[in-house]
Amino acid sequence: MGDLKLMKGNEALSEAMIRAGCDAYFGYPITPQSEVLEYLAREASARTGMVVLQAESEVAAINMIYGAAGAGRRVMTTSSSPGISLMQEGLSYIASAELPCLLANVVRGGPGLGTIQPSQADYFQSVKGGGHGDYKLIVLAPSSVQEMVDFVKLGFELGEKYRNPVMILTDGAIGQMMEKVVLFEQMPRKTEFPDWATTGKKPGKDRNYITSLHIQSEKMEEINLRLQAKYKEIEKNEIRYQTVNLEDAEYVFTGFGLVARICIKAMEMARAKGYKVGVIRPITVFPFPTQVYADVAPQLKGILDVEMNAGQMVEDVRLSVNGATKVEFYGRMGGMIPSPEEILENFERIYIKGETK
Amino acid sequence: MSERTYVDIEAELTDQPINFDEDICLAENVVYIKPQTLIDVPMHYCPGCGHSTAHKILMEVVDEMGIQEEIIGVAPVGCSVFAYHYMNVDMQEAAHGRACAVATGIKRIMPEKYVFTYQGDGDLAAIGTAETVHAANRGENILVVFINNGIYGMTSGQMAPTTLPGMVTTTSPYGRDVKTQGYPLYISNLLANLPGVAYVSRHSVHTPNNVRKAKKSIAKALEYQKQGLGFCMVEIVTNCPSNWKMTPKQSNQFVEEKMIPFYPLGDIKVPEGK
Amino acid sequence: MAKVMGEIIIDIERCKGCELCFDACPKEAIQLSDTINSKGYQFAIKVNDLCNGCASCALVCPDAVITVYRKVDKTKRPVKVIEIED
Repeated sequence: MGDLKLMKGNEALSEAMIRAGCDAYFGYPITPQSEVLEYLAREASARTGMVVLQAESEVAAINMIYGAAGAGRRVMTTSSSPGISLMQEGLSYIASAELPCLLANVVRGGPGLGTIQPSQADYFQSVKGGGHGDYKLIVLAPSSVQEMVDFVKLGFELGEKYRNPVMILTDGAIGQMMEKVVLFEQMPRKTEFPDWATTGKKPGKDRNYITSLHIQSEKMEEINLRLQAKYKEIEKNEIRYQTVNLEDAEYVFTGFGLVARICIKAMEMARAKGYKVGVIRPITVFPFPTQVYADVAPQLKGILDVEMNAGQMVEDVRLSVNGATKVEFYGRMGGMIPSPEEILENFERIYIKGETK
Repeated sequence: MSERTYVDIEAELTDQPINFDEDICLAENVVYIKPQTLIDVPMHYCPGCGHSTAHKILMEVVDEMGIQEEIIGVAPVGCSVFAYHYMNVDMQEAAHGRACAVATGIKRIMPEKYVFTYQGDGDLAAIGTAETVHAANRGENILVVFINNGIYGMTSGQMAPTTLPGMVTTTSPYGRDVKTQGYPLYISNLLANLPGVAYVSRHSVHTPNNVRKAKKSIAKALEYQKQGLGFCMVEIVTNCPSNWKMTPKQSNQFVEEKMIPFYPLGDIKVPEGK
Repeated sequence: MAKVMGEIIIDIERCKGCELCFDACPKEAIQLSDTINSKGYQFAIKVNDLCNGCASCALVCPDAVITVYRKVDKTKRPVKVIEIED
């Protein structure tokens, strides 16, 4: 049994990082996640000897992650949308070199400098690769402060299992809000490192080198095929989702992260009005829980996908149901959060009154 | 590796007996042999390229200090992108310009190990200026081997931040015009001003004596790293025969006559009391 | 009078014929071959017996193809010049 605490999302994430035996954090301040670096600077080093360094930019931070991850350490960085954009170069290299690492994107509204308010507009960037080349991150979408904690531990485990970067795709609201959380016990930091890590050449063994460069096309294709096979394996094993009231559902509200919570509230209000509504909430947005949508689609009159963006996950939902049911979208942008009433109202407008915009 | 000796091969190729004095060619008489830490494969560098010489002396130092198992290198993007194919030490290949950030990540979690980056002028002084300056300013306890040949070799001869004024490259075809294309960047002198920097020294590898000095300088820098003195940089002013459109000999002459007067050799900053 | 005797062995398969060792050699003991190696380079060969094992050639050789030996002989030896046929 761990400790029960009232914590802000970003601080809970930081605390979980320390407790998960993280070896190093490299980051750069950006609203709305600056508390992470502040919390770690205060707490981490004295408690576990973890390295905490404020880099000169997100570009440098992600490359420090590359270096330390390449030495087989448990490493993490966090940022928010504009900073994550800067990290895309490094992430592509990390994915190609198959280095495990964890990052959290506390998403804010874009494009450009945008706003510091919560958003989900980085969905495409997170789940479709983000940088150059064919690669995927494992993407976890927490919808509570508790999950900010749990997904740190899970994220490190998944990253190390698949030698792949893992992203916690959260938003400014979850990062800033306070909720009670159960924290897991302090885990020891690793003392043994993987065979591939560059920790100094071992006597009698070949040197290790970490690279993403394979100039021969045949070799590079081989690397790509290996990566794709790994992503297939991840899709087979690691899909996580939550469903509510699907059994008798005629309609489904769907959304990830914070919006999923609002969808559940909207669903309850819809049920009170007699509409048979269920909720599907992808917890992993890559790998995407395609099958759960496909399975339930034939019994449905329609799906309402709600997001804090212009409609990104809705594309994956449509691909999942493959025409078996109607998929409509409702979203807010630029830092606005949809209310349950708004969702219900738009559900009724689209599916009950049959109005289109 | 082939079991044939060099002597056999030479005899075959030249089709005549070669006279090697077997009394002299004994292990105890060796005064120079390829460093063991330099992997025994042909390097991809052009004939006469200073990169190979720099690799060689760096690995000689690693051999002589006996630190093959305690050193981690970071390779750049540029001609020396494959440095990890030649140096028999653990290495990481960084994104373009990010070597100092990668090295920071490695050194911070393993302060007891030696860490070096090996970077060219484009990598270190153009795209990676921020990473270089900030690693230096934090006093990261790493060695940066900086190869300055005033040109982008890998992409076949474009202007570098260190290209001399008036020097012709594919992107300064009428010669570098400092009014429109900026001035050569004295990155070593710039870094030497930072308090986190312990040692900055500029060398060349175009004559036997300069090779000796450059090697000594690298050894010194690694020694300072061991003592935890801070950021050390050894700049090596060298040639690029292929992209300067010269023979190796002519390119070394250019180093002597044009590059070195512009980038004078010697220590730029030494640790106090050293 | 003691004589310093040197000898070099060149890994001609790895030699790229850059000629940098020619100028480095104070004894002019190295020249370019007439033939080529399997990579297509003319390579460095030793052309006289004056080598005193100073290792200058090896120091400037980018590809580290030259191994240098040196022996100090107490007995005086005549200088032997190898003639290279064209």
